[in-house]
Amino acid sequence: MNRFSIGNKFELGKKNMTIVIIILLLCMAPFFLSDFRTNLLGKFVAFAILALGIDLIWGYTGILSLGHGVYFGLGAYCMAMYLKLEAGGGRLPDFMSWSGRETLPWFWKPFGAAPIAIFMALCLPALIALAIGYLTFKNRIRGVYFSILTQALSIIFVVLFVGQQELTGGTNGITNFKTIFNFSLADNRTKLWLYYISVALLLLAFIFCRFIINKRVGRVLIAIRDGENRARFSGYNPTTYKVFVYCISAVLAGLAGAIYVPQVGIISPAEMGIVPSIEMVIWVAIGGRGSLNGAIIGAILVNLMKSGISEKFPAVWSYFIGIAFVVVVIFMPTGLVGAFNKLKKKLFSLKVGKAGQLAQSNVPVE
Amino acid sequence: MSTYLLQIFNGISVSSILMLAALGLAITFGLMKIINMAHGELIMIGAYVTYMIQNVFIQYMDKSVFDLYYIAALPCAFVVAALVGYLLEITIIKRLYGRPLDSLLATWGVSLILQQMARSIFGAPNVDVRSPVWLDGGLVLGDVQLPYKRLFIIGLVILSIAGVYIFLYRTAYGRRIRAVMQNRPMAQSIGINTRKVDSVTFSIGAGLAGIAGCALTLLGSIGPTLGTNYIVDTFMVVVLGGVGRIVGTVAGAGAIGVGNTTFEFFTNASLGKVLVFLMVIIFLQWKPQGFFTINSRALDE
Amino acid sequence: MNPVLEINNLTISFDGFKAVNNLSTSVKKGDIHFFIGPNGAGKTTLLDAICGRVKPASGNIIFHNGSDVTRLSEHEIVELGIGRKFQVPSVFNGITIYENMELAAVKVRSLYSSLFTKLTREQNERIKSVLNIIGLYEDRYRTPAKLSHGQKQWLEIGMLLVQQPEIMLLDEPVAGMGRKETEKTGELLRQISQQCSVVVVEHDMEFVRECANTVTVLHEGALLDEGDMEKVQKNPRVIEVYLGRGERERS
Repeated sequence: MNRFSIGNKFELGKKNMTIVIIILLLCMAPFFLSDFRTNLLGKFVAFAILALGIDLIWGYTGILSLGHGVYFGLGAYCMAMYLKLEAGGGRLPDFMSWSGRETLPWFWKPFGAAPIAIFMALCLPALIALAIGYLTFKNRIRGVYFSILTQALSIIFVVLFVGQQELTGGTNGITNFKTIFNFSLADNRTKLWLYYISVALLLLAFIFCRFIINKRVGRVLIAIRDGENRARFSGYNPTTYKVFVYCISAVLAGLAGAIYVPQVGIISPAEMGIVPSIEMVIWVAIGGRGSLNGAIIGAILVNLMKSGISEKFPAVWSYFIGIAFVVVVIFMPTGLVGAFNKLKKKLFSLKVGKAGQLAQSNVPVE
Repeated sequence: MSTYLLQIFNGISVSSILMLAALGLAITFGLMKIINMAHGELIMIGAYVTYMIQNVFIQYMDKSVFDLYYIAALPCAFVVAALVGYLLEITIIKRLYGRPLDSLLATWGVSLILQQMARSIFGAPNVDVRSPVWLDGGLVLGDVQLPYKRLFIIGLVILSIAGVYIFLYRTAYGRRIRAVMQNRPMAQSIGINTRKVDSVTFSIGAGLAGIAGCALTLLGSIGPTLGTNYIVDTFMVVVLGGVGRIVGTVAGAGAIGVGNTTFEFFTNASLGKVLVFLMVIIFLQWKPQGFFTINSRALDE
Repeated sequence: MNPVLEINNLTISFDGFKAVNNLSTSVKKGDIHFFIGPNGAGKTTLLDAICGRVKPASGNIIFHNGSDVTRLSEHEIVELGIGRKFQVPSVFNGITIYENMELAAVKVRSLYSSLFTKLTREQNERIKSVLNIIGLYEDRYRTPAKLSHGQKQWLEIGMLLVQQPEIMLLDEPVAGMGRKETEKTGELLRQISQQCSVVVVEHDMEFVRECANTVTVLHEGALLDEGDMEKVQKNPRVIEVYLGRGERERS
C-alpha cells in the first residue's frame, strides 16, 4: 500500500476469508465424497473457473455474453483432440474412419503434442474473442445487441461443428479417451489428481481476476459499466478495455473447457449451444454478479442442485431453473452474496445500533 | 431461370416467416426496449392453439367444415398469445422496464417454464397439424410451382404489417402508444394511463407471435422447442433492421431470409448460416445501428 | 492572447437540418467564453462537435497544437486537453467518490497503465485538495449514488479539475442551482480560468453578465454577434432575436 494513499478503505485480509473457506472445503471434499461425486465436483470446479470470466465481463463491465459456451467448447475441443490422438496411438480417430476419411486433417496434427493442445485451448478462444470483440466494440455495438450477436455466434458454432462430422465428430462430439499424459483416465488416482489440478487452477484464476479488479483497471471496467460514454469523456477508450476483458474471460472459459474434458470424458456441440451458454450466466446471477466469490459459489451450488434434482425429476429442474432466472433477476439482482451481505449489515446495525453508524462515518484519515 | 425464380421465392418465403416472428419483437423491443426471450414460446403457444382448435374441429364438428378450422385458429392464436403476454406483462415485465439485459434473462426463465409446461401438457414429441385442403397445391408459373401455403403466409405477413402500421400510425390508441414510448412523463402528465398502454402494447406484440405460430403449423410439425429455433434469427432481424421502425424489421427480415436461402443454395446449410452471420457482422461495421435508427441526445441509454 | 481553439466554417447537419451553419470563431487562452442564444441555436451541438460526440459535415476545429479535433475520437480529444461536463450530471455510481476522482486524475489512461501503475503522490494531493474545494472530502469513501443533484454537479466539475484540461466545456453548469450555489459556481469558474480556458453554454443571463469575458451569440446555428457582454447587449439584432422570440411565444 502506498503510504500517501487516501482511497483504500478495506483491509485485504478481510476480503480473503470467503475464498479461503471455499478452497479449503473443496480440498477436503474428496475425503468425504465417493470417487464418482468427487469427479462430478471437479466438473463443477471447472465451471466455476468459467463463471469467474463471466463475472468479469458481466458483473464488472456490464457486457452480457450469451456465447461463452463457444469459448468453453473450443478449449474443451482442443484438449479433446489431444486426448483422442493419444487414445488412438497413431491411428486415425474412430469417428473419422467411420465417415470414410483416411488421413488426419492438417489442423489436427499439432494437437498430438499436449503443450500445443493446451496452448491452443487458451489461445483459440482468445483469438476469436479478440476478433468478435474488436469488430463489435469498436463500432459501439453494445448492450442487448452484443448479447444477441454472441448468441448467434454460439448457434453458428454448433451448426458448424455438427455439420463437419468428419472433422469434429459431429453431434456425438469427441469421446472414448484412454489416457492423459500416459496416465489412465479410468484410474481413480488420475481422477483425483485432475480434481486437485482443477481446484488449483480455480485458485489461480481467482487470484488473477482479483489482481485485475483491484487495479485501476477494475475501476475503469465498473465505470464503463455505469456509463460507457462518460468513461470516454474521462479519456478512456472503452474499446480497448472491453476487448481486453472479453478476451480474458474467453481464456478462462477455454481453460475451464480444457480441464473439464479429461474429467468428463466427452465434449459435444451441445455444450456450446445457447442453452448451456445462458445457464452459465445464471450461475453468476444466482451467486452474485460483481463478486468473484459469488461467481464461484453460484457455479458450484447451481450445478450441485442441478445434479441433485435433475437426476430424479428432470421436469422439476426445468421449472426450478426457469423460476430461479425470474426471481433472481427481479428480486435479488445482487444474488446470494448480495443478499448475505445485506443480511449481515442488518444484523450488524441491530447489534451495534447508533454506535456502529457513528464509527462508520468516522473513517480514520491516513 | 426457373431455379433462380424459385430461389428468390424461397428467400421471400423464409423472410416472410421471419418478418411475422419479428413484427411482435419490433413492438416489444423496438418500442418498449424489452428483450422478450419468451417470444419464441409465444409463437409456440400460437402453434399449439392451432393444434387444439384443429382437434376440436375433428372431434366436435362436421367433416365438411373441418377446413375452416384454420380461419378460426388465427384469431384464437392471437387472443391466447396476447392473453399470456398480458399476464407476463403485469407480473414480470412491468418490473423490468429500463433494464434490457435483465429483461433478457428473466424472460429466458419464462421461456424455460413455458417450454416445460408445453412438454407436460402435450408431451415432448412433435405433433402434426393437418393443413386445410384449400392450401394444398400451388400456383403454377411456367415450370415452377409456388405452394399456396407459402403464398398464404406472405399474404398474412402483408396484412399483419399493414394492420400494425395502421394501428400505430392511424388510430388514436396507436398515437397514445407512440406517445408513451417516446416520452413517458409527458404522456403521463396529459392523462394517459401509461401502465395500461404498456400492458396493451406488450399484449399486441405477444399476439402477433401467436399469429406467427399459427402460420408455422402450415410448414411442418410443431413441438415445445419450436420457438427456440426462431428466436435468435428473429433477434438478428431486429439487430440488422435497427429498432423503432417497422420498415427496419421488414428490411432486416428480407436481408436475412434472402441471404440464408442464397448462401445455402450456393454452399450448404451449415456454411450458409456462418456466412449470413459474417455478413451481419460486416454490415454492422458499416452501419453499427442497423438499417434504420432514431437518433437520441441522451448520453447513456 | 493566442487562441487555444479555432473553429473554422463549421457546419453540422442532422438529416439535412443544419444545427450549426458555417460558424467561425475562436476561444482565447485563459478566457471565460460564453455561448448564448435561444433554444435551438446550436450551442450544445457546438460543444458536442468540439468534444467529438458529433462529426461535422464540413469545416474544422483546430486545437492550438495544430491537430484537428473533428478527426479524433472522444478519448483522444480528452487526451489533447479538452474536458467536457454534460448538462445532466453524470458520474460513476458503482465506485466511490475518491475512485471517480482517481479515474479522472490519471494522465495516462492506457490499459497498461491502468494495470500496472498507481497514482503519484502529487496526483493524490491534487485529488485531496479538489475534494476539499468541492466539499466532498469527508464523503470520499461513499459512492456518489446518494449525492444531491448539486453535489453531483460539483463532483463532476471536480473530476474535470483534477483532469487538468486546457479547455473546459461546460453545458449549463448552473441549471437547477439556486442563487447562492450559482454565485459559488461563478467563483469557481474564475478560479478555474486561471489554469485553463472555459467555454460555457448558459441560459442564465445574470450568470453570463457576472462571469463572461467573451460572449458569442448564436442564432439558428449561425454567429450573430461576438464580443464582451456590454457590446453584445446593445446589438439590435441580438435584442430582436431574444425579444422577438419572446413575443411570439407569448402570443
